[in-house]
Formats: sequence, structure tokens, C-alpha cells
Amino acid sequence: MESYTLKESKPILKVFVYIFLGIWAIINLFPIYFMFTFSLKSNEEIFGSNIIGLPKHWLWSNFTSAMKTGNMGLYFFNSLLVTTLAIGISLMAALMACYAITRIRWKLSGLANAFFMLGLTIPIQASIVPVYVILSKAHWLNKYSTLIVPYSAFALSMGILICTGFMSEIPMALDEAARIDGCGLFGTFFKIILPLMKPAFSTVGVYSYLQCWNEFMFANVFISDSFHRTLPVGIKALSGAYTTDWGPIGAALVIATFPTLIVYIFLSGKITSSFIAGAVKG
Amino acid sequence: MEEIKNIKKQRRKRDIEKGLAIFVFLLPGLLLFISILIAPIAVSLYRSLYDWNGFSEGTFIGFNNYIELFTNGSIKFITSLKNSLILAFFSVFIQLPLALLLALLLGRGVKREKTFLSIFFMPVLISTVVIGQLWLKIYNPDYGLLNRFLDAVNLGHLKHVWVGDVKTALGSIIVPTVWQYVGYHMLLMYAGVKGVDIDLREAAMLDGATKWQVDKYIIIPIIKPILRVSVIFAVTGSLKTYDLVRILTEGGPFQSTEVPSTLLENMLFLRNRYGMGSTISVMLIILCFAFALLITAAFKEKDD
Repeated sequence: MESYTLKESKPILKVFVYIFLGIWAIINLFPIYFMFTFSLKSNEEIFGSNIIGLPKHWLWSNFTSAMKTGNMGLYFFNSLLVTTLAIGISLMAALMACYAITRIRWKLSGLANAFFMLGLTIPIQASIVPVYVILSKAHWLNKYSTLIVPYSAFALSMGILICTGFMSEIPMALDEAARIDGCGLFGTFFKIILPLMKPAFSTVGVYSYLQCWNEFMFANVFISDSFHRTLPVGIKALSGAYTTDWGPIGAALVIATFPTLIVYIFLSGKITSSFIAGAVKG
Repeated sequence: MEEIKNIKKQRRKRDIEKGLAIFVFLLPGLLLFISILIAPIAVSLYRSLYDWNGFSEGTFIGFNNYIELFTNGSIKFITSLKNSLILAFFSVFIQLPLALLLALLLGRGVKREKTFLSIFFMPVLISTVVIGQLWLKIYNPDYGLLNRFLDAVNLGHLKHVWVGDVKTALGSIIVPTVWQYVGYHMLLMYAGVKGVDIDLREAAMLDGATKWQVDKYIIIPIIKPILRVSVIFAVTGSLKTYDLVRILTEGGPFQSTEVPSTLLENMLFLRNRYGMGSTISVMLIILCFAFALLITAAFKEKDD
């Protein structure tokens, strides 16, 4: 390589870079470590001398109380259900809308696209008052669909933006060839475009997941019964019930966080590259 | 003649099929989008001109809600706006530069680049509510990490009731908020940095440019569109903050840390003032769009 002609930065500078990156990594990992250790401790340990060390007695009963009293298992399932369905619905709607906008030629397609892009700037709070009033009048609060439908709607704009980027890379000649072979617009979409758009699924999925899994305001306002709570609302309720007992709260935080993190650790390369694809395509 | 007719017929059939396809393909998206976003916003606009408790008909009061929002100090809208803007300031001037620095350093290709990248993105994946609970444990006045750390290093006089003190409450919200999303912006910017042609980087360095000069004169100008998006997200995100305020301070002490979203919720559930709630919604939309346009304009100006 010709790298010897390049100016190498001074070794001391390099060390500083690594120290800086290392410190930032510790700052990012520490809360996860802290959460894990105090989820397994009793109050005496947390409040006593052993605040940041590994637990001396591994108190798994904290997890039992988080699951039993705190219902974290149910809330986890609720979050998973709501998020998965919202991602599925918004992805399908985004793919279809994107196909109509970018692959079919018509006069107002640009306008339709601009219309959907409004959703990128509109805050989720903007619609909360009317939606709440209508849902409560229609007795539609406290259902899974109360959250699934708004979440799908709010993930839609980003989904369309990302899909547009991916779809523009599929050559138009493919569509034309399919049409000549007698494939209708619907057939072209399902048989040609959809299978080629698979890489977009994971990118849209990552962005929508970040939006839905952690959403708190709608969940907090629209869900008041304990059966349909999602994780964020469940944790808030649990922390209200256990104000002085830290262990079970820690356990609840671990239950809410670790499954995601474990999946992330195994797929982190794929997840970050999906996210990056979204940034480049968007 | 027959043939022309036939062609016309076929074309007509095609047009109908096309129109139908456009309609069908747009339908799910439009239904979702209009029913959850556009129609409710129209209702919000309309209801923001009413004194309305959500269930009666309400009375039309023109722009009185807007006037009251800015003049009635007990609503705390000005305070909430100020808090959001302070948060936006820290996001733009602390969070984004840090994210950019990390993105540039990683973009140069350091050892274990992917590992660092993955670790830095982790806080983004954790629910804000979880982060809030964790920080509550850090801020706890008696047993929290922060105060005990200060005790341990003999700085006991700096101890505070962090989230309960008017002086430190807002800061206690800003720190975790800024921290959590550094990774998000870093990854966006990193994507841009990696998108820069490697030849450009090498050519500049062959000409004797240092790594910092390459970053400053080549990389940053190229990733400007991404920086613009980041700034817009950071500012509109600050205007929309809700989660950490609800978890850490509930808008207190003495409503000093209210943000527009928590006020909005209070209007619905504590005061039954749905008209005023709608007014706050409308103000949020206006502010988000105004800032987005302003930022876009500012970036354009710099280009010229």
C-alpha cells in the first residue's frame, strides 16, 4: 500500500482517541451493568456498601416478584404483539403506497409523496386530543388496536421514505418486462417488486421498532387497564408500587431491556447496517 | 377505423386499471394517515378556537385560547417552551458535536470499529422509561449513585436532591436525554462519513492534508444534508419531549420542568380543558414546522 506516503497521525494522538472511545463506551455500558447488578440485590446490599459491585447473594426472587406482582411477562407480550403488528401493518401500507407513488406514472404522485412526508415533522402529540376524545366516545380505549393503529400511522412516513430509496434501485425495465409478459400492476407488485424489496424490510423494521417499542405517551394516555399495558407503562406502574424496594424494579428493567439487547448483540452488525441503509437511502 | 377504436378502448381499459391500482395501493396508507394524523389535526385546529371540555358542544371563543396560553402565567406555557428550547440548545451544541466527533473518529477506521459502533448505539435501543428509572436510582438523594459518589470523593457539599430541586431538576432531565440519543445521531452521521468516496480521502491526504483537515474540508461539507436532518430531529425531538419528564420530575418541582407535552396531558386529565389542549397541539405543530423550515433555510444560507 502507498500508506507510507500518507501522514501518519502521532501515536500519542491515537492513544487519546482510544481513551476517548473507551471512556464513552464505558459510559454507555455502565447503566446496563448497573441495572443488571441491582436487579439481583437486596435493599441492604444496594443501600449498604455494595452499591456498584457484583451482588454477593444472587437474589433471583426479585425476578419472581417482577413477574408475579409486576406482571412483566404479560406486559412484555403486549409490547411484542403491539410492536410486531404495527410494524407489519405500516410496512405493508408503506410498500403499497410507495409502489403507487414511484412505479406508476400519474400526475399527482409527487404531491402524494409530499403529503406523506408531512408525517416526518408532525409531532405525535398533534393528534392526541381528538383521537383520545373519539376513542373514548367509541369505547375504544384499552384495546390492543388502540395502540396498534396509531403506531402504524406514525411509522408510515419514515417507512415510505426508506422504501422509496430502496425501490428506486430496482430497474424500471423489470416492471416493463413483466407488463409485456402480461403481468398486471397488481401482479408486478406481488411477484416482482415485493420479493426484491426484502432488504428494505429489516431497515424499515428497525426504524419502526425504535418508534413503537419505546413509545410512552400514547400508551400512558390511552391504556388505563392493567391487562393491555405495554412495557413502558407497566414499568411506571411497578415503580409506583415498589417505591422503596429497588430489586424488583431492577428486575423489571432487565426483563424489559435484556431480550432486546441480546437479540441486538447477535444481530448488531445487521441492525446497524440496516439503520445505516435507512440513513443513506433516506 | 375499427382498429383505432380498439386501441382507444384498450387504452381506456388500461387507464381504468391504472386508476384502480393507484387507488387500491394508496388506500391503506391514506386511511391510516388521514384518520390518525390529518383529520385529528383539522379537528385540533377547529377545537383550539373553543372553550371545550371534550364532551359538551363547547363555546366558540376565537383566539382567546392562544392569547391565554401566552399571557396566563399559571398555565406555564412560556416556562415549558423555554425548557424545550434549553433542551434543544444542549442537543444541538453538546449532543450533535459529540455524535459528529464519534462518527468522524470511527469513520477513519479505528480498530474494533464495529464493536464501538454497536456499543454506542445501545442506549438508543433501551426504552426511555427504563433509562428514566435508572437515572432515578442514580439521582436518589439518599442512596443514589451520584450523591454517594460525591460523598466518597469528599465533595459532599455538592450533593443535591437532584430531581426535586428547582436549580438542578431541568439539568437532571437534560443529561440523560442528551446522552441517550448521541448514538442515534452518531450512526446517521457515520453512514454519511462512510458514504464518502475513499479515493477522495486518500487524494487529499496524498496532497498533505492531515486527518483533521480531511474531516473539516472534505467530509463535513459532503455530509451536510445528514447534519441538517440531525439538527432538525434534535430540535423537533426536544419540542416533543415527554417520557423523561414524566418519569423523572412529573414537571415539578413547582412546575419548573414542564414541557409542552406534559402541559397538554395536564390540560386533558387534570383540568378538563380539551380546547386549550388542542391549542397546545397546534402550537407544537407550528413550532415543529417553523423550526424545520428555519434550519433548512440556515443550511442553505451557509451553502451560498
